[in-house]
Amino acid sequence: MAEKFKLTIVTPDREFFNEEADMVEFNTTEGEIGVYAGHAPLTVIVKPGILTITQGETVKNAALHAGFVQILPQEITILAEIIEWPSEIDETRANAAKQRAEERLADHGSNIDIARAEAALMRSIARINAVKLK
Amino acid sequence: MASMRDIKRRKSSVQSTQQITKAMKLVSTVKLQRAKGRAEKSKTYFNCMYETVVSMLSKAGDINHPYLKASNSPKKAVIVITGSRGLAGGYNSNIIKLVKSNDWNKDDLIIYPVGSKGRDTFARLGYEMGEDYSAAIEEPIYADAMKISSQVLDDFATGKVGEIYVVYTGFKNTVTHIPTRLKLLPIKIEDERSDDDKAVLDFEPETEDAIDLIIPKYITSLIYGAMIEAVASENAARMQAMDNATNNADEIISSLSLLYNRARQSAITQELTEIIAGAQAIS
Repeated sequence: MAEKFKLTIVTPDREFFNEEADMVEFNTTEGEIGVYAGHAPLTVIVKPGILTITQGETVKNAALHAGFVQILPQEITILAEIIEWPSEIDETRANAAKQRAEERLADHGSNIDIARAEAALMRSIARINAVKLK
Repeated sequence: MASMRDIKRRKSSVQSTQQITKAMKLVSTVKLQRAKGRAEKSKTYFNCMYETVVSMLSKAGDINHPYLKASNSPKKAVIVITGSRGLAGGYNSNIIKLVKSNDWNKDDLIIYPVGSKGRDTFARLGYEMGEDYSAAIEEPIYADAMKISSQVLDDFATGKVGEIYVVYTGFKNTVTHIPTRLKLLPIKIEDERSDDDKAVLDFEPETEDAIDLIIPKYITSLIYGAMIEAVASENAARMQAMDNATNNADEIISSLSLLYNRARQSAITQELTEIIAGAQAIS
């Protein structure tokens, strides 16, 4: 079995997760990455997506929306602005948000904020996927 | 000497005021505990955030990023965090005083009020007002801080303002709160730390892009932290003020009781004298 590392996930409101883990995967601005212990020091920016934590046989999922990650060889710290366990997600609301964002993007109206609508769409998709993975 | 009835009426009025101040004190004690807990919980996040930003900036060296240098605009955005309610001793007025008494020129300021006490005061004094975020102070959540920071960063990027400050009440402990002025942008790089920091971090994407993305998060977390501390300070200040008010009411009540008893005694003495005098007149 590979070496474990310490994974800390903090949000402004609470300590979300603080345990040993084997691997963690998430979505960054440069694409999806998976990190094992012994990774080169790196700081990456999070894009909305699924966060997967592997601890031996168990796998945990969460929806991670914004923040950044500080990777050190033995320690990974995720500074998450918004992160949710699947049990905390309201699926109907996420579906509604997805629909709304899609409509707004399809609409191509004059004064809509495309970047914002896209971000909202990505967030809702991440939420829906996280619920499905549960 | 005031009549017995007047004294009694006054006493009961003070008593009901005291009940209110007592209740308010209890409420703010509970709120203070909660606010303190929240401040504690968010500490880890800020420490990590601060470390990352410092190491990022020390590594970035002297790159020419707009967030790191002042623009030419003389305007200053000031986020003023006050309460929405009074009866908190000097809490609100200390913040207002701090904004007014600065070396700042009144015409250079754009006030972004958080808390209606500050908003009303500065609107009345004729300051230039930015967006109002007063509702956020009731129950500060991170999303509010994000809204505020994206607004001020927009204004900074478009050159509407050249500097961004936040003025809030720092929470040191339950009895000490310090009105604080904090400069958010442009960020001053402090060279306290040397390169033998625990890690030389690499950035993905490039450092310049990373600054673009991380600095707004840093600003947001500072604003959020300021709001949380301000709420804790407000409740602590109110608790103190209400404690004093309750004690004062106690004092007034005891001196009124004394007066009342004296008045009662003299009334009885007078009645007795009258009865005796009447009896003597008959016999």
